[in-house]
Amino acid sequence: MVIPAGTCGQASGANDLIAAAEKEILLCGLDKNIRVRVTGCHGFCEMEPSVLIEPDNTFYPQVKPDDIPRLIKAVLDGKILEDLLLVSEEGKKYYHQNDLPFYQTQVRSILAAHEKIDPLSIANYIENDGYSAIAEVLENGAPEAILAEVKNSNLRGRGGAGFPTGKKWEMLANQSNGSGKYLICNADEGDPGAYMDRSVLEGNPHSIIEGMLLGAYATGATAGVIYVRKEYPLAIKHLELALTQAAEYGLLGDDILGKGFSFNLSLAKGAGAFVCGEETALIRSIEGKMGEPRQRPPFPITKGLYRKPTAINNVETWANIPIIIRQGAKKFTGVGTRNNSGTKIFSLVGKIKNTGLVEVPMGITLKEIIYGIGGGPSAKAKIKAVQTGGPSGGCIPTARFDLAIDYDSLVDAGSIMGSGGMIVMDEHTCMVDVAKYFMAFLKDESCGKCFTCRKGTQRMYELLEDISQGKGTLKHLELLKELAEVVKDTTMCGLGQTASNPVLSTLRYFRDEYLAHIEKQQCPAGVCKALITYSINENCTGCGMCVSVCSEEAISGLRKQRYKIDSDKCIKCGTCKGVCKFEAIEVS
Amino acid sequence: MINLVINGLPVAVEEGSTILEAAKYLGFPIPTLCHLEGLSNYGACRLCVVEIGEGPKARLVSSCTYQVEEGLKVRTASARVVKARKMVLELLLASCPQSKVIQDLASAHDVRQQRFRQEHEDCILCGLCIRMCEEQMMAKAIGFRNRGENRSIGTPFDMKSEECRLCGGCMYVCPACQLRCTYMEPEKAICGGCANLSPPCLEKSSFEDMMCYMDPCVACEIRKD
Repeated sequence: MVIPAGTCGQASGANDLIAAAEKEILLCGLDKNIRVRVTGCHGFCEMEPSVLIEPDNTFYPQVKPDDIPRLIKAVLDGKILEDLLLVSEEGKKYYHQNDLPFYQTQVRSILAAHEKIDPLSIANYIENDGYSAIAEVLENGAPEAILAEVKNSNLRGRGGAGFPTGKKWEMLANQSNGSGKYLICNADEGDPGAYMDRSVLEGNPHSIIEGMLLGAYATGATAGVIYVRKEYPLAIKHLELALTQAAEYGLLGDDILGKGFSFNLSLAKGAGAFVCGEETALIRSIEGKMGEPRQRPPFPITKGLYRKPTAINNVETWANIPIIIRQGAKKFTGVGTRNNSGTKIFSLVGKIKNTGLVEVPMGITLKEIIYGIGGGPSAKAKIKAVQTGGPSGGCIPTARFDLAIDYDSLVDAGSIMGSGGMIVMDEHTCMVDVAKYFMAFLKDESCGKCFTCRKGTQRMYELLEDISQGKGTLKHLELLKELAEVVKDTTMCGLGQTASNPVLSTLRYFRDEYLAHIEKQQCPAGVCKALITYSINENCTGCGMCVSVCSEEAISGLRKQRYKIDSDKCIKCGTCKGVCKFEAIEVS
Repeated sequence: MINLVINGLPVAVEEGSTILEAAKYLGFPIPTLCHLEGLSNYGACRLCVVEIGEGPKARLVSSCTYQVEEGLKVRTASARVVKARKMVLELLLASCPQSKVIQDLASAHDVRQQRFRQEHEDCILCGLCIRMCEEQMMAKAIGFRNRGENRSIGTPFDMKSEECRLCGGCMYVCPACQLRCTYMEPEKAICGGCANLSPPCLEKSSFEDMMCYMDPCVACEIRKD
């Protein structure tokens, strides 16, 4: 009995399920028959807390603790509880996890392991071929072979910029090994709505350690640091335990597996500044200084942590390394496209039916992800755009959903791959409001060193706020574009250089929405409060639901008759619209 | 020596020099606010941006922090550079309109409009004072705090620092601060209060009596909040 309990699972109640299952098993004395395995997130977060029954992978979505006793009985009898299964809109029941449309087009080379592995147990990881790659490599003793394998795999950095990992490692290997070299795992995942790295750290922390061991052996690095944000307490807990266990098993420290190879790995906790995901800021943060980027070159590969040569890779990149070494570069390049091999995990969130983590081959289209795996819009409204790459990314409209996703195509479309956030937006999302949201995020999260990033993001926010309040003019739009381009041009690090993307991409694809705000004083999506009014139409049955929730007492009328909203009192919070069952509240 | 080309002119400079130093050697003017000889390079004001590279790979970098590379092609006043520089000045003017230095720079670069909402700040967070305090005065009394729009400069917890010797170095290097004591060059003073007092500030004998340390300034009554 597998219960996913990553941060997402625990938030939706997986801990209660685990307690209920363990209690029931103990009470019935079934601990010889059924084992509960608590794992990290499997990806289908929308359906959590879920239960997976091995060996035939029966999938039960959104299970309640009260259902656990009969579920356990059914498992014992070898039966399936039909009423708890996931049912499609057409009434089709899905029995096995692999039947679900959510999983069918995915290629889960990283995430699939999460089902098999208890992240708290190194033995469990080893049972599942864990540490076999490093053991074999140490046995054969050929660092060049690993380097060649990673180079041949064409793996590109999964942190967002897509720099070829093999090339980076080769540069590090070529640095003189005078006083040590460092490897860093960048686990400072800060994009709103993205949590791929967290899930891997929570679900399979040993794969990161093994990846870094392989990297160290290939490049001659002597020490490594995993930089993880303090906001990920569960990931930190699992990592700390994994590091202790690996050291106990002789997989970290001096003379690893008795082969004379040494590598020390430690954990550094970040305080949650978004800018510390930038590599030079991250290095300064580990060194105990203020998280602030510096001019590159010199790149970290020559002068990095404590001024020693350093290679920094993202969590997902490290997680790919043991897979590449185990299965060989040839098999890895078999997935994805020519310059973009392998899979990529995206966190699919927003106004979509199936939210969760999806792992897909590179080169898949946005349409396949959003309508296929994601199951289309969650509400009646049509999907309008998808925002990729977090605050540094951009919005891509439905007209371009045929785009095959890889590092280069997304840049052409005005966005970036980023670490893999994918926020789906529908017709009730205002693009001016989206740009404003990201600018509010960035003006807080810019380190403030470059004047144009610090003040530029504040000024862009100011202009967007004017537009969203109907105070905008065409001159605002002109100035916004001019400023966005200068901010992109004149800042030092990746944060500033991409900070304009939310503005530039919405201006490029959704200029008509900006114009509606400026010329017609309208917000087509009905979001910008200054430009909308709430009213009650003839659908109103006079049930009084809206009256009871209105905190401003702005709704009045007689029972069983059509109510009225006093627009002077209305604060446009939208609570009445949320509770009305008759679609009687209109936003115009 | 490293060979590079600046505005079409070849120049050879020592390895480790910055583009700014190489351009200065050739006599090409590049405006700066956060750069001062004798202090480390920081790259905060972005006024010194120049264009490097060619074609689609051309980009702007801050010349004070970018070290020269063999074969580098630099343009110090291309259309892209000028456009960016004017926007930087417009942003500076919008935030710190009272600074004489910024006013003069804006005027010299033909900035004729300020299209943003007017603010009245007195610090551009260039960090010169911090570097002066640390690198020349060996005090480390002040530093940056917070990030983004909350970034500011000050002593820890805003308490009087025991490291601070009241040397005034921070004020001396400040390019924008309106509270800067300009007794050396009264014509550059904004309020002119120092010069107009009787007896004038600049004639006072003892350093401690300098009114720029007074808060509010007795002459111009600008209060630091």
